[in-house]
Amino acid sequence: MKQATSPAGVERQDACPTRLTINGEIVELAIPPWTSLLDLLRERLALTGTKKGCDHGQCGACTVLIDGRRINSCLKLAVTLDGTEITTIEGLAGVDGSLHPLQEAFIRHDGFQCGYCTPGQICSAQGLLNEAQATTRAEIREHMSGNICRCGAYPNIVDAIEDVIHKRNSDPRMPE
Amino acid sequence: MKEMKSQTLQAQEGRNAGFGTALSRVDGAAKVTGQAKYAAEFTRPDLLFGVVYTARIAKGKIKRIDTSRALAMDGVVDVLTHENSPRVTHFDLKLKDMSAPTVGHPFRALDSDDILYPGQPIALVVAETLEIARAAARLVDVDYEWQDFETDLKRATPFVPKVPGVGERKPKSRGKAEAAFASSPVQITGDYHLMPEHHNPMELFASTVFCEDDGRLTIYDKTQGVKNSHCYICNAMGFKRAKVRVLSPFVGGAFGSALRPQYQLWLAALAAKKLERSVRVVMTRQEMFGHGYRPECYNRIQLGADDQGHLKAIINSAVTGTSSYENYTESIVSWGGMLYQCDNAKLDYQIARVDTATPCNMRAPGGATGTNMFEIAMDELAYASNVDPLELRLRNYAERHQLKDRDYTSKALRDCYQRGARKFGWEKRSPEPRSMREGHELIGWGMATGVWDAMMAPTSVRATLHADGSLEVGTATADIGPGTYTMMTQIASDATGIPVERITAKLGDSDLPFAPVEGGSATAASAGTAVQKACHALMKQVLEQANQLENSPLSGARMEDVDLVGGRIQLSENPAQGMSFSEVFTAAGLDSLEAKKFGRPRMTRKARNTHSAVFVEVRVDEEVGMARVTRVVNAVAAGRIINPKTARSQIIGGVVFGIGMALEEESLADHRIGRWMNHNLAEYHVPVNADVPDIDVIFVEEEDHEASPIGVKGVGEIGVCGTAAAIANALFHATGKRLRDLPITIDKLVTD
Amino acid sequence: MNRFDYRRPSTLAEALSLATDPAVRYLAGGTNLIDLMKEDVERPLSLVDVNHLPLGNIEDTVEGGLKIGALVPNADLARAARITQRYPLLSSALLAGASPQLRNAATTGGNLLQRTRCYYFYDVATPCNKREPGSGCQAIGGLTRQHAILGASEHCIATHPSDMCVALAALQAVVHVESARGSRTIAFEDFHRLPGDTPERDSNLEPGELVTAVELPAESFDIHYSYLKLRDRQSYAFALVSVAAALRLEDGIVAEARLALGGVAHKPWRDREAEKQVLGQAPGREAFGRVADTILAGARGQGDNDFKIPLARRAIVRALDQAARAAPQRQVEKRIS
Repeated sequence: MKQATSPAGVERQDACPTRLTINGEIVELAIPPWTSLLDLLRERLALTGTKKGCDHGQCGACTVLIDGRRINSCLKLAVTLDGTEITTIEGLAGVDGSLHPLQEAFIRHDGFQCGYCTPGQICSAQGLLNEAQATTRAEIREHMSGNICRCGAYPNIVDAIEDVIHKRNSDPRMPE
Repeated sequence: MKEMKSQTLQAQEGRNAGFGTALSRVDGAAKVTGQAKYAAEFTRPDLLFGVVYTARIAKGKIKRIDTSRALAMDGVVDVLTHENSPRVTHFDLKLKDMSAPTVGHPFRALDSDDILYPGQPIALVVAETLEIARAAARLVDVDYEWQDFETDLKRATPFVPKVPGVGERKPKSRGKAEAAFASSPVQITGDYHLMPEHHNPMELFASTVFCEDDGRLTIYDKTQGVKNSHCYICNAMGFKRAKVRVLSPFVGGAFGSALRPQYQLWLAALAAKKLERSVRVVMTRQEMFGHGYRPECYNRIQLGADDQGHLKAIINSAVTGTSSYENYTESIVSWGGMLYQCDNAKLDYQIARVDTATPCNMRAPGGATGTNMFEIAMDELAYASNVDPLELRLRNYAERHQLKDRDYTSKALRDCYQRGARKFGWEKRSPEPRSMREGHELIGWGMATGVWDAMMAPTSVRATLHADGSLEVGTATADIGPGTYTMMTQIASDATGIPVERITAKLGDSDLPFAPVEGGSATAASAGTAVQKACHALMKQVLEQANQLENSPLSGARMEDVDLVGGRIQLSENPAQGMSFSEVFTAAGLDSLEAKKFGRPRMTRKARNTHSAVFVEVRVDEEVGMARVTRVVNAVAAGRIINPKTARSQIIGGVVFGIGMALEEESLADHRIGRWMNHNLAEYHVPVNADVPDIDVIFVEEEDHEASPIGVKGVGEIGVCGTAAAIANALFHATGKRLRDLPITIDKLVTD
Repeated sequence: MNRFDYRRPSTLAEALSLATDPAVRYLAGGTNLIDLMKEDVERPLSLVDVNHLPLGNIEDTVEGGLKIGALVPNADLARAARITQRYPLLSSALLAGASPQLRNAATTGGNLLQRTRCYYFYDVATPCNKREPGSGCQAIGGLTRQHAILGASEHCIATHPSDMCVALAALQAVVHVESARGSRTIAFEDFHRLPGDTPERDSNLEPGELVTAVELPAESFDIHYSYLKLRDRQSYAFALVSVAAALRLEDGIVAEARLALGGVAHKPWRDREAEKQVLGQAPGREAFGRVADTILAGARGQGDNDFKIPLARRAIVRALDQAARAAPQRQVEKRIS
């Protein structure tokens, strides 16, 4: 079980006991109700792979998977997620350290430049795969429009996701 | 950092991936796994969090600032204001960072009760947690005294800046443009306008200042130049340079906004100085509208031509905004004047003061504005003279730089036009506006020329070869996204024959050898040249060591006699005869060898520029005014391309910036209260995935060792130059409506 | 964000009993409430997390319609077979809104309770009658690109940002609400308010009332419909003007017409008189134009948003035309059908 650090000065009486499964590990902590999932991940659990780009649900950089669904973690109060399973970018790679097919594809197709929106793009892309609503490039574009990339890597992001979708369709052994 | 295994990167292993190789980014695994850490992501148990409180008026004085309620909150450590902040330097000169305007008084946060612009930071709440600091910042209470202000460039008074900005020249007129214009049979006059734009990199501006036990400071800063931040903050705060180290291993985009140290660095350092505690300050997205931006521009362009479209006169005058306290200038009017053959050109540039933060460089500063405005004017001339827009550019093609009246080191623009046009299918264009249609959609094809400078700045690189055969190359440059780590690795591999996975590129650390800020598309040429020089020097040392060994298989060999292959130095004539670097080190009893070299531009009188030809298809639903870009071909001549994969990404990114400039981006100020109102990513629209079509990038390579010693010109900005104009021109071709006011939003397309 | 209490009831009765004070807010998806709390616009004393209440089902009604639980996420609703097949207008409007991530989080009930969108409402440095009644409307005479052309008042010119609600207005949905005092239903047209002199109230929901379900009547307009959204970029932007159009054609004649507009008023805008004009007529652009003219007869621009008047006219005609042609706007396809 992971021990969360508790910074000094947190008003204990305001903290709610919360149990989350984050990247397969059960985390039990006392969380002030006003702490967003994003701030919890970044500031208390040292999972800084999830990025803060706007803090208002307007950019998608903070996208994580909650019970397999892509969600803006900046707009979720962590206490409301008691009992859920959360996957962040740190949890996508295999336990052996091998990269997830989306991670491979993003590297191969240069689906990023500065890299800051990338964890959110990849988590969002995994959410898109889970939804199974997109196969064409136009569908991928529309369904990835909740993730802003200011470097403008969009065509390469579409290439990367399309590549993974095609490989999955041609190889049923590809991990879900 | 956990070791991540990438099949893509493994597949690249063992390769010496030199010039021209489409190497995947060497930092790719770090970025796709979330292991790459940005300035706000370094932490320590005792870290304090600073949250900014910004002025709610445009200009005036702080009459009273009451922080007592904030201070009373449990967990709040301090609230810094102008009343209680530590003293900083009195000398403006000390605050002139590498990218500061030449004239003016750099901004000092929490220095006095003066409010110079809306969104100015006036307090910093420091607390034990981010949430406490944020909650307490709500409790700061301020009484203001308003003063007269002006944020509307249209109403501000223009003046000619006496001193040009760094690297800029006063625009030089030639001939008798007004008379030539008056006598030209074909004339066009256009008043063009660009709205202000904010960079909006995805990463929020952040600085984390760690106070070390020995009194040193370690600072993680979002910056395009660690040396710049280092020098600036030491000068400002009176820190000893040797006791401060600034790091910036990853930067989440910047596009010019991190060329100058931004105020979060100042505030974090100020709090650390006062409290002697480690502090992090992160701006909010809203606060990021309170620093530099691409200034608004009014640009009148008059072109006179003969009836064949040959330019006879260029009259180009522009005004851009600057702040009340610094003279920020850009090169707006020079681009058209340099690009086309024309004997008469009158070029005027003015700035005018508005009460905002000082504007700052944003991707292709000046060029993005100036080339795009001018290229719309050229399109107008094409229709006025009844010449195809591409043919018009060819008729006015200049072999020599028209402002400097000098040859170019290289200019393959003609090839860009030809290859771009062929790929796009330009010859199938029907010239008449509104003549191409499919169902409800009008189709428009437009084109434009892009031009940018090929710059290079002195940069120092240290190359270190270790006994295990691994190589490290380091310089204090940045990687804000172009792929500097990868580029440095490739050039080092090229110069040493060492496979890429044995090479580590280091940057973003003020302890590394000097590099200027990463900007202006200059880094590949600058750092790349220095990497190559340092590696060559290092290899020479290895050979010298090998020469001196007893019974050396390389005895007497000179550099020109040997090949460097896979970490081995061997005779060209007899590859079996040689030694691995490790063998040399073992035999010579060495742990490491090091070479430090300075790369600098070659002396030449020739002009150095990159060029491009951009072709765009738009589709417009005329009834409801929705326009979208459906095809882009961008043919670029930028010297040698180090890495076609990352270079293509740079061009694509520039084109996306161009789409934003043409159709979406504008910072909207309410001039009654002098406040940016769409200060968020929901209402400041940048392109999303659905806005961007597939983009064809063509590199027309130029063999050019005068532009830079390694033949590289840089590709960071050229992608945006011309793209917005090509889109605006395509919109004209589609609709017959000439829109001179960017961005061209739905309201402009739907109203008559 | 201000300090607040957090409660997580597991039954409806418990939830309703906790909402005793206007400063108590129900929290569902949170996509707008948390956003506004971060902006310091909303400062609830207490949040009642209703996510664990059993309000997540879609049920058939005896009348042949559907009752959608308030906690059904927007994304699930958009993809539910009963919605895509029978109420494709609603599905289309949902998919036009926000982003996939936000649609995953946002709920049916929460979508109804989105606050209006206005630069000034969101910026606490400016006065706003909605935030602080009586402080004045800074938007009037200011930046009004996104603002209302219909039904605005001298106190407020903000617009309702929902896409889903525009479709629900056209479909004549009914909102089910409950409170400790009992339950009631509200016709969709009566759910949201015009600003008048009480712009602080976006809806007619009383303090303590919780939206529990949205009911769709049987008439579903599954052939002749379209949701057309016009905005500043191709996705992930609020509507400047949007139109939900639904027609029932009998023998080539309009037997029923429904039209609702988004992005133009403080609420999804419907004009039943205008809709009646086209009844008994063959569908056509002239007839649709007359409908638009009637709807927009009282439209008034604020300056920056003057363009919305001609834009709305064209959008109405086009959306009705799409509906008549059974060529509904596809939200993935950026070409306007």
